[in-house]
Amino acid sequence: MSQILAVLIDGLIYSSWLFIIAVGLTLIYGVMKILNIAHGSLYALGAYSAASLAGYWINHGHSPMGSYGALLVAAVLVGLVAGPIIERGLLRFMYGKDEIVLVLVTYAVFLILEDLVKLVWGVDPYFIAQPYGLLGNFSVGDLTYPNYNLVLFGTAVLVGAVLAWILAKTRQGKMLLAVIHDREMSAAMGINVGRVYFLTFTAGAMLGALGGALTAPMISVQPGIGAETIVLAFAVVVIGGLGSLPGAALAAVLVGIVRAAAVHYRPELDLFSIYLVMAAVLILRPKGLFSAQEARKI
Amino acid sequence: MRRDRTPVILVAVAALLLATGPFLPRWAMFLVNVSLCYGIVVLGMMLLMRTGVVSFGHGLYYCLGAYAAGTLDQVYKVSDMAVMLVAAVIATAAVSAALGLLLRKYRDIFFAMLSLAFSMILYGLLVKTSALGSSDGFNIAAAKIAGIQVAGTAGERYVRYALTVLCALGSGAFMYRYLRSHMGRLAEAIRDNELRVEYMGASVRNVIHVNYVISAVLAGIGGALAAIAVGHIDPEMAYWTTSGEFVFVGILSGTGNILAPFLGAFIFETIRSFAYEYSPNTWQMALGITMLVVIMFLPGGLWSLFTRWRKAA
Repeated sequence: MSQILAVLIDGLIYSSWLFIIAVGLTLIYGVMKILNIAHGSLYALGAYSAASLAGYWINHGHSPMGSYGALLVAAVLVGLVAGPIIERGLLRFMYGKDEIVLVLVTYAVFLILEDLVKLVWGVDPYFIAQPYGLLGNFSVGDLTYPNYNLVLFGTAVLVGAVLAWILAKTRQGKMLLAVIHDREMSAAMGINVGRVYFLTFTAGAMLGALGGALTAPMISVQPGIGAETIVLAFAVVVIGGLGSLPGAALAAVLVGIVRAAAVHYRPELDLFSIYLVMAAVLILRPKGLFSAQEARKI
Repeated sequence: MRRDRTPVILVAVAALLLATGPFLPRWAMFLVNVSLCYGIVVLGMMLLMRTGVVSFGHGLYYCLGAYAAGTLDQVYKVSDMAVMLVAAVIATAAVSAALGLLLRKYRDIFFAMLSLAFSMILYGLLVKTSALGSSDGFNIAAAKIAGIQVAGTAGERYVRYALTVLCALGSGAFMYRYLRSHMGRLAEAIRDNELRVEYMGASVRNVIHVNYVISAVLAGIGGALAAIAVGHIDPEMAYWTTSGEFVFVGILSGTGNILAPFLGAFIFETIRSFAYEYSPNTWQMALGITMLVVIMFLPGGLWSLFTRWRKAA
């Protein structure tokens, strides 16, 4: 019984993490039709900046509670700097090319950013564990979890809700849906498509960095985390249906629970299980779970 | 119209490599050996790209070929290079024929993603298989070829090298003929307009399936040869970054000629080995920038430099 509970809780925590990372990816794909491999590097950049900034904050004797702010600031900064540079500086010259060529372009950006991270931060791992333990623990039955996991869960729900709200209720969101539906027509109606792309990419980049920043306290931040994470995010986004927000949420939960179950019952099937689900979903529903609503996908 | 001199160049280069092999310094011999292995894999990527699909999971077959060869050595104590190669071909042909049944229905990004998923499944399995060394992999030692024991390490090195050169020659010659056959010519037609090919009565799915199997077998041969040359294999060979590199070198080389993949692979391996030596933390950046330059200014890959120059002349 307690093992099933543990699978559920571990699964949900893992799902929250997956969702935060995957949602930026699916947003960018939905609007711009770019499957952004560089999302992995944005995640890594977020993690490194967060580790540095929070470390700096704590080492200078400020209240450790403020380190959460530092994590957040790091994510926003990375999004605001890297997003516009990549979109304005490179991607806007590539629009209209084949989807697969765009994947390769972002792969090139990924390679460049991977080394940039190594140049700036070196190859030694960074640790910033204080924020993870600071909030105390919560218990379910005889299982104890750090409260930080609740932060992760809360953030995932918040991000999902805010995005859904923006899309459904705000002017910007409706313009976004129009662009997704028909780019040329919306441009003809006076929507500044370039600006929508710019904002979307920056927001997506920020979400990727946020994923990294929130993960930094839980792992050792080292080279390779971007490559490791981006394939997981791919799995989630592809399972959910490229560009679908509810799809990403459902896929994150599915993958999270499956992986937690694998870790608890058959640990040797850990990674295997995730990609098995991915392959199975692609075989049964070639375009992912939520691909039916072509027009309204984001 | 100028006569196509590709077969002549192919045979001449192979003969040159075979003849000069014993006199090359060890590092140069290794470099040529490894780039040819890579070139064989990229030759298969080229065929897929000509067909209009890009696999982001060819590491699957590269790794499978290497592990088929390695398992023979490690588990069954068969350290005959010829047997290892045959095993790699059989394993990759069987797996790709089965997976091709699914993949033949997919295009574009979905083809890329499903093939990625398959390769990551193999990666996930191997990382946790302690009998095969988990994430560390294992060493292999191939000291025999077709039943004949090779004497001395220098002799062994040359035999490995010669085997790779001959395989590269064979794959290149095969591909040259294939691209001129009925099936081969359909490949580019599919990339240009799938629907019209169907109207003309050819089965697009069959062509994609066959080409997928061919490219998988080439990747398997490349993987087995690389395993024999390097003497060590690990699950990283199935990781998505390995597959990404194959796509990268395919784009860099261009799909215009069967020699392009070998040239591209040689340039890539040369840059890689020198960059590892002198600037291990910026070589990926150099690759990324090169890739962007090629995509923007040389959509036909490096090979298009030659054809351009020829047209101008």
